[in-house]
Amino acid sequence: MKWLLVALVVVPGTVGDVLNSAGMKHQGELTDWSPRGLRRFLVRVAHNWYILVGMPAMALSFFALLALLSTTTLAFAVPATASSYIVETAMAEYLLKEKVDWHRWVGTILVAIGITLLAL
Amino acid sequence: MRNHLVLKTIALSLVVMGTNVFGNYALKLGLSSGTAAVLGWAPLPYIRVLGHPWVIAGVLLMLGWFLSRLMLLSWADLSYVLPVTAFSYVLSALVGATLLRERVSSLHWAGICLITLGTGFTIFTRPGTTPSGDMAE
Repeated sequence: MKWLLVALVVVPGTVGDVLNSAGMKHQGELTDWSPRGLRRFLVRVAHNWYILVGMPAMALSFFALLALLSTTTLAFAVPATASSYIVETAMAEYLLKEKVDWHRWVGTILVAIGITLLAL
Repeated sequence: MRNHLVLKTIALSLVVMGTNVFGNYALKLGLSSGTAAVLGWAPLPYIRVLGHPWVIAGVLLMLGWFLSRLMLLSWADLSYVLPVTAFSYVLSALVGATLLRERVSSLHWAGICLITLGTGFTIFTRPGTTPSGDMAE
């Protein structure tokens, strides 16, 4: 049960983050900060298929995390899900074609170990 | 131009981290109150918990976190955003230590140092390495 919940935190969380990132890259940056520009931006986000699929995936991951936290200890839940940092960085490099240099890899690995230590 | 991009990225990262830290803090207060149930597969306890004022505040802050993170992802790489905004774990630990009077062990301090180092390794890399705005008008 607990490993199923870990999978439900990590897999949909990774899929959601990759889709949201791809969707927002297609979308482009918000440049018009007026109420009209903001509304147009939000309407475009609401019609972006990457985001429309990514959001429920993130929501599933969030509720699975709540369930995991209510049934196991923080010391188990956080290190188990911290692995998603490394999985997501690998996905960003191979699927999103981001240039992940050694600084980012070292940074990501240090962060994942640090999060694990915080939970112990 | 480069400085403007870095400043803009750091400013929005601070918004992402702030909404995350205080969103988690509010959710923790709401979920650890007497009315919170053990959450499992049934949907009803989730709906009941969502009516708690602290949980409502937490969910609204997490919505702010989600939207600000989406905006950050519109120009910054996912592999940049992840380690940089992970600094919110450090802020959460410090908020826990100061507001909730939680004890910070030496292992926690080691974790805080590693996350800070990890964020430091990433924050000065170029935020975006892929094209942005194929759909922009």
